[in-house]
Amino acid sequence: MRVMNHPVLGEQKDIEWVTIIFNGKPMKAEKGEMILAALHAENQIVNRYTAKRHEPRGIYCGIGQCTDCMMVVNGIPNVRTCITPVEDGMTVEIQEGLGKWRGDK
Amino acid sequence: MRQCEVLVIGGGPAGLSAAIEAAKAGAQVVVVETNREVGGQLVKQTHKFFGSSRHRAGTRGIDIAKILRKQCEDLHVELKVNSLVMGIYADNVVAIDEKKSLTEHNIERIQAKKIVISTGASENSIRFPGWTLPGVMGAGAIQTMCNYHRVIPGRKLLMIGSGSVGLIVCYQLMQAGAEIVGIVEALPHINGYAVHASKLTREGIPIYTGYTIKEARGKERVEQAVIAKVNPDWSTVPGSEIVLDTDIVAVGAGLKPLIGMAHMSGCEFVYDKALGGWAPCHNKNMESTHKGIYVAGDTTGLEEASTAIEEGTISGIAIAESLGYIPKDKAKTLKDEGWERLAGLRSGFKGEDRVKAKMKQLNRYDEVMKGGK
Repeated sequence: MRVMNHPVLGEQKDIEWVTIIFNGKPMKAEKGEMILAALHAENQIVNRYTAKRHEPRGIYCGIGQCTDCMMVVNGIPNVRTCITPVEDGMTVEIQEGLGKWRGDK
Repeated sequence: MRQCEVLVIGGGPAGLSAAIEAAKAGAQVVVVETNREVGGQLVKQTHKFFGSSRHRAGTRGIDIAKILRKQCEDLHVELKVNSLVMGIYADNVVAIDEKKSLTEHNIERIQAKKIVISTGASENSIRFPGWTLPGVMGAGAIQTMCNYHRVIPGRKLLMIGSGSVGLIVCYQLMQAGAEIVGIVEALPHINGYAVHASKLTREGIPIYTGYTIKEARGKERVEQAVIAKVNPDWSTVPGSEIVLDTDIVAVGAGLKPLIGMAHMSGCEFVYDKALGGWAPCHNKNMESTHKGIYVAGDTTGLEEASTAIEEGTISGIAIAESLGYIPKDKAKTLKDEGWERLAGLRSGFKGEDRVKAKMKQLNRYDEVMKGGK
């Protein structure tokens, strides 16, 4: 969920939205926010499945160190979504294992 | 190859303070920061700081970050953001990977007369069945998501660890609208400041002292957590289990210094539990055993942002002195004042252990420089 009202940080207003394509479906995101934040706002917490046991993984460190947030972004696997900002029209997919390189952009 | 006088690795409170002091004296400074803005972990600290006015008591971390950044900008410190230091090589050469976009990177090498390593710390994790499930995350991670990115990946939160981080993060998550189902602490007592714990207990949030997490359950994400009473040998007491419905398990199990860069430079280290583990030793100039490489902040021992600021300040003064920008006697006065303020900061909560640990680092530095083992 988004923290729209906050006693210290104030109200979140006049958000400028963009659209990303998550697993083939459009999803709104705040312009410039991290991909992971956009997904969390929509309660989407699984980023990838592990290669050997196909176990789900989600955010662990949130600051680009642990690599649990890696997803396929614009066809590029292993993108750390917690430190990569959204762009309008960007495709984001849950990664299977080590992911495959498609590189469509 | 590009040359600079002072290169700071990590633009958190320590690094920015070092940059400010060195630049104030006249040195040319570059700060290399991996995130898209400087400030380090201050950018998510919505709480007001403790201490004296010199340490900006009453000011929120997020505002201190802005103040430090503004000072750097006014002093024409180059803030190189989105830039990851890949390594430190011979003759103070630093390799930097600057992220331009998803696919474009610019690799650059800079040779610096002096280097400050202020890379901060990383969170410790603890292992238990289910610890890899989405929804189990660092206490710092949930704080980043909530206070910086303004999203919460769930509705209910169980905190493991009642240290300062665990308590403060719970309070902040509560402020932001999450439900806190409880705090679990393996020690028989609350580990952080009582003033923070009281704010939570007043709201009816249970603090389970003498308990640990046994398991996180769920299919695609955390749905439940099982906690149990803990024996002195860390085994759990059969039959004492409590099952809690929660979708976030935050782990506030302390932090450890991020020492990769110091290690790569060949600095000598000292182990001390009070400072979070292995950390590079240094002298009273904050200079490591590798001449010309300085260390400041959490990278040389886990403390607080205020101590990081003071250590950074001292290193900046020492660097300005060694580059000839500050006369020796003036530098001595300034550094002595800095050490006095540090002593003040270390006289408080759990300060005694940190004082001893820091002394150990200073002594180890002397030993190494004298050629001892």
